[in-house]
Amino acid sequence: MALPLTGPAGGNAITFGRIRRYIARNTLQIAGFIFLAVLIVSAVYNLATGIARPHTLLQNFFFGLSTGSIYALIALGYTLVYGILFMINFAHGEVFMAGGYIGYFAIIFANDRGWLEQHTVFALFFTITIAAIFSVLIAVILERVAYRPLRGAPRLVPLITAIGASIALQQLFLRLFGADSRRYPNVHYYIEVPGCQVCKEIPGGAMGLDLVGGIYKVTLFGLDIRLRPIWFIVLFLACSLMIALWFYIQRTKRGKAMRAVAEDKNTAALMGIDVDGIIVTTFVLGAALAGAAAVLFLIIPGNGQATPFIGFFPGIKAFTAAVLGGIGNIPGAAVGGLFLGVIEAVGPPLWNIDHQLKEIIVFGLLILVLILRPTGIFGEILSKRA
Amino acid sequence: MPDAATDALLRVEGIHTAYGQILAVKGISLEVREGEIVTLIGGNGAGKTTTLNTISAITPASQGCITLGGEEITHLRAHDIVKRGVIQVPEGRKIFGRLTVLENLQMGAFTRNDEAGITADMEQVFALFPRLQERSSQYGGTLSGGEQQMLAIGRALMARPRVLLMDEPSMGLAPMLVQQIFNVIETLNRENNTTILLVEQNALYALNIADRGYVLQSGYITHAGAAADLREDEAIIEAYLGV
Ligand SMILES: Nc1ncnc2c1ncn2[C@@H]1O[C@H](COP(=O)(O)OP(=O)(O)O)[C@@H](O)[C@H]1O
Ligand SMILES: [Mg+2]
Repeated sequence: MALPLTGPAGGNAITFGRIRRYIARNTLQIAGFIFLAVLIVSAVYNLATGIARPHTLLQNFFFGLSTGSIYALIALGYTLVYGILFMINFAHGEVFMAGGYIGYFAIIFANDRGWLEQHTVFALFFTITIAAIFSVLIAVILERVAYRPLRGAPRLVPLITAIGASIALQQLFLRLFGADSRRYPNVHYYIEVPGCQVCKEIPGGAMGLDLVGGIYKVTLFGLDIRLRPIWFIVLFLACSLMIALWFYIQRTKRGKAMRAVAEDKNTAALMGIDVDGIIVTTFVLGAALAGAAAVLFLIIPGNGQATPFIGFFPGIKAFTAAVLGGIGNIPGAAVGGLFLGVIEAVGPPLWNIDHQLKEIIVFGLLILVLILRPTGIFGEILSKRA
Repeated sequence: MPDAATDALLRVEGIHTAYGQILAVKGISLEVREGEIVTLIGGNGAGKTTTLNTISAITPASQGCITLGGEEITHLRAHDIVKRGVIQVPEGRKIFGRLTVLENLQMGAFTRNDEAGITADMEQVFALFPRLQERSSQYGGTLSGGEQQMLAIGRALMARPRVLLMDEPSMGLAPMLVQQIFNVIETLNRENNTTILLVEQNALYALNIADRGYVLQSGYITHAGAAADLREDEAIIEAYLGV
């Protein structure tokens, strides 16, 4: 019998063959894992050797949370629309831009009347409201003119239309308002805080905080860092809006109808749900969040210029955040946004690369996720039924 | 029957419905009178579902006319037809798998705003199907086939239908459940006086509980008449009731 002799050799051949085939089939995944491992090892190395300085990391972490809140708010717009129409609304970045741009005129209007100084909270609320209304208007027109006529067309068609709409909106704003940057005025909102160690003198002579424009030296975990109160306010506002949205979708009748439409449009119509109306509601919610996000983004000192093109990067990063969280998944978009904001802020010091290159981290991450886990970190797509 | 035209609650006259170039329904006329069970029987692909979906405006008619209580509803949109009380239990049940049983029932009552009435109807649905109450916080997708059919019927009842369109409610169910579902349909009709247009492949069962019936074949109606007569018709026995 030749069998016992060829057995082990054959076995080995099979094992090598298997490994080789496995590598050939999963080259991308393996490359992704190796890249991920390199990232983790280098991060640990930079931390251990002090190349990545802890106080920079901590300070950037908090700044990242505020940018991440903005990404999260925009990402919800992508995810909401995807959840219902299975299309990526690539013009959503321009919906954000429109809010920020019109917000500029609103905040100047408020400033000229002295509201910004005397009734700061009201003036900001006014600006956010105007921006949100305008973003909603743009999104509703977009849905009606560009997307609704294409419902039922192959999925590539509305996608390309969205890219066209995105360019059309940029050009529209460029022709209407010119290419100049519109810098938001500096906003200050002072509150008196008796007995506050980190505070500075505020107008009037007392010690206090400038909640919008101020920056303060704080010692946290034994590290001296500089923090802006506005970062935390933006984080808080974004979280409040997201919780409100979650409540709306889970608890209200219209929210439940949204979920029903996401699952099955014909059956939803058989319940007496106006499917087109629900789709418009979805665009409205996403756009309102994007408009509000644009103003919050632009009042953070250092971010403050509106141009027809400011929608591009936040838009595409928020899209990345939505993909990270699993597109169509609402909590996923929120967490994905925050995660992306933090990684983008912490990444450059952590991997010791130039801050200008932070986009590489973001889009590298997108590619990595698409290779290793195409359904996003949160796995399953919520609104799609098997 | 000279009075039939005025009697009919739901009237369908000469409807044609196409999917792209393919005509699936080729001039169907039928009527359902108040308090009747009318059954629409026929083999696979005969056009039964398309007929119901045309009434519900999911696949609108290209020709013909549909009236409800004498009022034309042909060109209304799907959700407006629901508002008028024409409620469909779709083929394959179409439960919202990611909504809970309770939320599915609430969606059935979507067009209503009378909270007290909705609560009362919910109680009635739970009395009819105690299983649904036990599972009210479960996701629709986790229910068994029979439970899903109960939910689909319960969900339709939440709309307080004037006319209930049921598309193969016995499809894919175990024989014991089939009997139970037909009992429920009969009860709804006899006790609540619900008007029902029942599409079935289970022709024998359907003709047993129906007042009248229509036989559909390749998009045309080939036979129509009292259920008792159709049950005795040799051609129908051979084609649809054969054991
Ligand atoms: N969505 C669709 N697209 C194209 N053809 C369809 C579609 N639905 C049904 N049809 C065709 O229409 C005809 C009638 O179908 P249907 O109304 O579903 O029949 P039944 O409910 O009696 O089984 C069949 O020939 C079927 O193939
Ligand atoms: Mg059918």
